[in-house]
Amino acid sequence: MAVETKAAPAAGADKELLISGSEAVAEALTLADIDVVTAYPIRPYDTVMQAIAKKISGGQLQAEYIVAEGEHSQFEIVKHASTVGARVFCGSSGVGWAYAMECLVVTPPLRVPMIALVGNRALDDPGAFGVEHNDALFVRDLGWMLCWVDTSQEALDTTLIAYRVAEDRRVFLPLAISADGAFLTHSQAITMVPPKEKVDRFLPRYNRGDLLLHPDNPITVAPQANEDWVIEIRRQNDEAMKRASAVVEEAYADFRKVFGRGPENPWFEEYMTEDADVILVGMGTISLPMKVGIRNMRAQGKKVGLLRLRWFRPFATEKVVAVLSKAKAIGVVDRDYSFGSPFNAGVVATEIRAAMYNADTRPPLLSFIGGLGGREVTLEDVYKATDLCYSAANSGKSDAKTHWLGVRE
Amino acid sequence: MSALICEVVYRGIFQKNLAARIVRGIVLSARKADRWGIAFGRYGDSPQRNGIPAKDFAIVADTKEELEQNMARYEPKHVDVTIVVDDTLSKGVESWAWYGLQPINKLTVPNGTVLMTSLQSFDSLLKDIHKKDAPYNLALLRAKASFAGLWVYREDHTEVRILGALAKIAPSFLTLDAVCEAIKESDWGSDLKVASARKAYDRIENRQVAITEGNDEIPFSFEMPKWWEMREGVTIPAIPVGKPKEAGKGYVPERNPYFKKYTTRTMRPVIDFDTCVKCNLCWISCPDSVFDVMPDGTFDAAMEACCGCGVCEAVCPVENCITMVNEQAFSDNNSQWEMWRADKAGYKTWLGAKIADKVTTARSHGFRFRGQYEEELKTELDTGGVEITTGIPGENAAHKSV
Repeated sequence: MAVETKAAPAAGADKELLISGSEAVAEALTLADIDVVTAYPIRPYDTVMQAIAKKISGGQLQAEYIVAEGEHSQFEIVKHASTVGARVFCGSSGVGWAYAMECLVVTPPLRVPMIALVGNRALDDPGAFGVEHNDALFVRDLGWMLCWVDTSQEALDTTLIAYRVAEDRRVFLPLAISADGAFLTHSQAITMVPPKEKVDRFLPRYNRGDLLLHPDNPITVAPQANEDWVIEIRRQNDEAMKRASAVVEEAYADFRKVFGRGPENPWFEEYMTEDADVILVGMGTISLPMKVGIRNMRAQGKKVGLLRLRWFRPFATEKVVAVLSKAKAIGVVDRDYSFGSPFNAGVVATEIRAAMYNADTRPPLLSFIGGLGGREVTLEDVYKATDLCYSAANSGKSDAKTHWLGVRE
Repeated sequence: MSALICEVVYRGIFQKNLAARIVRGIVLSARKADRWGIAFGRYGDSPQRNGIPAKDFAIVADTKEELEQNMARYEPKHVDVTIVVDDTLSKGVESWAWYGLQPINKLTVPNGTVLMTSLQSFDSLLKDIHKKDAPYNLALLRAKASFAGLWVYREDHTEVRILGALAKIAPSFLTLDAVCEAIKESDWGSDLKVASARKAYDRIENRQVAITEGNDEIPFSFEMPKWWEMREGVTIPAIPVGKPKEAGKGYVPERNPYFKKYTTRTMRPVIDFDTCVKCNLCWISCPDSVFDVMPDGTFDAAMEACCGCGVCEAVCPVENCITMVNEQAFSDNNSQWEMWRADKAGYKTWLGAKIADKVTTARSHGFRFRGQYEEELKTELDTGGVEITTGIPGENAAHKSV
């Protein structure tokens, strides 16, 4: 059973702290009173494990803190802890996340509401520290819920929401929160930390219920099965992911009630999309140069907007389509790649193309790849992408190419 | 346009190479007449597990297109010939996935053939083989269950005898000459094997079975749950705690209502309750929780859970207390303890007869000299003895007495 930490911080107003995205996650984990956390260092995720360790050593959080001998064990340990009723947390980055792959695969079918932080990092080789989204996207087809956060505040709030959604009995699926390496994990910003009292009103204790592995509830978990059972098990996961959409909306609505902040639309942030001719799409901290670029372009009379996806799984197909259908052209900037995919695009562009296929109005869609390995996405990159989108808007036709932004050529 | 579909029902691991040779032999023989074919196993079965009933299939057809038509399913739903290489399987088959008992002749088409290796009589086998709603042929090839061909054992020609017999059953697909040619060409073939195949062609015994004949037991079955009826998280409930046998004494565990092991067994334990010293070793050692504690402290073996592994016999410290005997000697799964309680003297006689019954106890582990098959066949059919090739159960049975 989940054990409640006795020494809760005093109730009251929000505290204002200057903290990084990783520290914001650790604040949320303290407020969520997690039970078991596993750690294995890899940059940039390691900033979270350090921040949690500090919380425990400072007496603000009582939790089992297990340093595993590698990411594979790290994710296995919390999987088991979760099945016996513990609220768990772990995380990794880049090839560390890849090393845990076998454990990441088994978590959704076992319906383990594990919360993981992926400090997004380029995959080796070359060994590099900067952000790329391909690491978290490994699990996009497997039953993991995936969301991307943009600011320290959003990292904190989303972590609380993540437990609420994943631990809902209708869902019971793992959830990975992606935070762009360096840009978010290592940047300190003013963040409002709510009092424990509010969090307790928002987030009930984890109740494993009928799936609790306990002598009083004797069950066997993960027996071998053959082709006569597997498709039914996959269908169960499919249903859980479908149910998650309603649970996400409920959680955000309650979050707004309890904390007095947070978006009305959980799925994505819209910035000046209302009257936009061109809508750019991206995930994570790429929103910053995009927003600034959009403001500058608007000053020149160009109606440009941004749709920043928060949730990638489940994917808010209808809502995304409703917004993007109104544009004259769409430009998706991927901080990832999918070599050999349709139009040699990135993952997000490919997904949005698929989502738009049944739309009544399908504006031209252009795909861009930029910011790989943590390279800056410049204002010039944003202008260039927008100009290409305008050409497509005028001709009414996509150039059916993927443009690489900021590559030396 | 025509096709021949055969299944080979065999015991996992011991007979997997035998079954594979038979289905390959069918395809390669049919190829001699320019037919197309495929040989494959039911993947969900467990050919690598000890004694588990498993299936291989062979389909041969005049054209590639017709072959595809018959392949466009996970496994054939109807077969022209059911080949059974262990007559203990005449009681039926449960796939490794345990969805109930499939009568051995279930997939056999009306007027198709069940071809079985056995030393038993037709009537004896029809006590076990379930009734079928259409007539069919039961063809017997006189041989004991072959464990030859399993790495460490020598050849005993069973695979070529089956192929020779099949040439008699389905001559329009496999002529005897084609079968012999294919045998000779294969890496396990030889002139001696060709001679064995030709003899089997002549010796096969065949009898039509009417719809009135056979075991009228209704085979155990259950419905597969819908996806929304299944517990989530790849979890299954544990078996509940059991109850005393009677009047607060003894202990009988609850058992899985779906998971039965009737046809996994080729042997079953028989117990002498008079000599049992109540040491608990069988109860502790049994991997399938077969032993129920009786009110007097002895242990009864529940046949729905027994896979026939023989651990109980091996650990029992009392000479002649637990003995593994051939499953084929039984036509029910009744409690031995209840039989003993009702009639102790009668039980003693029954027990002695079961232990002494060695007619079909032994398996073939390959031949040590030329002509062994002929000698054994005569000995076994005439006297019910197993003088030459005894398997492990036979060796154990030899010193048993009551």
